[in-house]
Amino acid sequence: MTNIVELVGVEKRYQSVRALEPLDLLLPEGEVLGLFGHNGAGKTTTIKLILGLIKASAGSVRVFGQDPTFSESRKERQQLGFLQENVSFYDQLTGVEVLRYFARLKGIQTSECHRLLDQVGLKAAAGRRVKTYSKGMRQRLGLAQALLGNPKLLLLDEPTVGLDPLATQDFYHRIGQLKEQGCTVVLCSHVLPGVEKYIDRAMIMGKGKVLAQGSLNDLRQQAELPLVLNVKGSGLQVPESIQSRATVLEDGVSMHLSLQEKMPVMQHMLAQAGVTDIDLHLPSLEDLYTHYTRTCVGHEMEGVL
Amino acid sequence: MNPIVTVAAKEFRDGLRNRWVLSIAIIFAVMATGLAYFGSAAAGQVGFTSLSTTIISLASLAVFIIPLIALMLAYDGIVGEDESGTLLLLLTYPLSRWQLLCGKMLGHGVIMAFSTLVGFGSAALIMGLFAPDISWSELAIPFSLFILSAVLLGWIFIAFAYVISVSVTEKSKAAGLALIVWFLFVLVFDLGLLGVLVGTQGDVDADLFPYLLLLNPTDIFRLVNITYFADQQLSGLMAIAEHVRLSTTALLVSLLVWLSLPVVLALALFNRRAL
Repeated sequence: MTNIVELVGVEKRYQSVRALEPLDLLLPEGEVLGLFGHNGAGKTTTIKLILGLIKASAGSVRVFGQDPTFSESRKERQQLGFLQENVSFYDQLTGVEVLRYFARLKGIQTSECHRLLDQVGLKAAAGRRVKTYSKGMRQRLGLAQALLGNPKLLLLDEPTVGLDPLATQDFYHRIGQLKEQGCTVVLCSHVLPGVEKYIDRAMIMGKGKVLAQGSLNDLRQQAELPLVLNVKGSGLQVPESIQSRATVLEDGVSMHLSLQEKMPVMQHMLAQAGVTDIDLHLPSLEDLYTHYTRTCVGHEMEGVL
Repeated sequence: MNPIVTVAAKEFRDGLRNRWVLSIAIIFAVMATGLAYFGSAAAGQVGFTSLSTTIISLASLAVFIIPLIALMLAYDGIVGEDESGTLLLLLTYPLSRWQLLCGKMLGHGVIMAFSTLVGFGSAALIMGLFAPDISWSELAIPFSLFILSAVLLGWIFIAFAYVISVSVTEKSKAAGLALIVWFLFVLVFDLGLLGVLVGTQGDVDADLFPYLLLLNPTDIFRLVNITYFADQQLSGLMAIAEHVRLSTTALLVSLLVWLSLPVVLALALFNRRAL
């Protein structure tokens, strides 16, 4: 499988400030990567490096096998979709005019525009000027723009900001479709809920460093965050080894377990006659995010926030 | 379609939508017809004045207005796109920085040229139709020359506006700088030159001094239009150019040189602009 994006030992310094510590990132075709971190964590710098908007201070950047800052690789940008945070389009133009403008610049058929506007739910507003659009509509117009020309690599910074839950679901569904067509996607965000199901891999950044990288399962194992098992019923017997981590509730018991303990303990509990209900909580992406940013960045960050 | 043309076409459409084209054309048309009709009001009469008086007073008024309009039109050309986030987006598209900048300048240039042509052109039409003493043939050359030089002057200041726009990161700063540029070229330079002339009591090389006027595009613009009516008594700062009569072609060429300088500078600065 070919790597669409290859960052090897990439660093970025602005004068003496290190915006990005040496970073390695390989993105194979068809993978969806979630890039998470606080403001100033290095997410946007990473994205800009991949886009070729800035030059790396050290290391090598390869996108579609070429250095994206070279002018020869400019035509590769046709296969690239990008949406950054807080973009406001040309107020005086209508939605379809804005999209046609970007389509022409990308060198693709403008006939695609209406279909895309339809897809993002802007069909009815296509002929209205962008200044009358709500924030969510602008965001959807931005997404339509990023999806122009069926990109092979899609970089989205805070794509779901301003979208209602339904539109967010639609959007994630669309990402799933694109992934199936072999599109590589980088989702950049600090809004996490709901994104778990759609990403293959997460990369958590803080202060220009990669704090953790891997699939959600890998991250859970590395973080060793306890999972929570709630069992309802009467006369429940908790295994001795985890008694210190169990709390007795009114109608049952709640336990903190490690991943390894999950199956034995569950079997033990299910074997008991008094069990009426069982409920398992895996550490969510949000828990992992909090864990990694806390432990690795320390309390300094909290001071900033 | 060529990306430069695409960007320029979008810019022109924007200009039509936000009424820039219409406003500029109306201002120019009213200014020109007004001066033609009421130009001799100070002498106690109302009615169309002679063509030379009209063009010369038009040139001295336009020299203030055109740079101001051009600067207002284009000062946020790049910095505005930067603030709204579209600059970053556009640069991830398959077009290079120089293409984007040229497209934007071309678009604004077409807005300026189109409205100048329509504005002053309609004034010329009114004069040709209604002024009793002015014939079409008399009108054609000086008015064409006036419109041509006005367009060039507008373009030069659009290019200045882009130099400002690519070098700052805030729109408000660009607006302030645009005002300063206008003030320097339109007012301060001439005052300074007059000051030198008076301070030295005219004891400067009479052959060299007129060439100093070439250092200011607004003075070149006035010279183009004034020297066409060679029989006119020149007044003010323009009188010092009497010793050295520069040909119209030479003056137009120097306007073109003035145009190319800020265009090249803007391109160079934009290439180095950090994102």
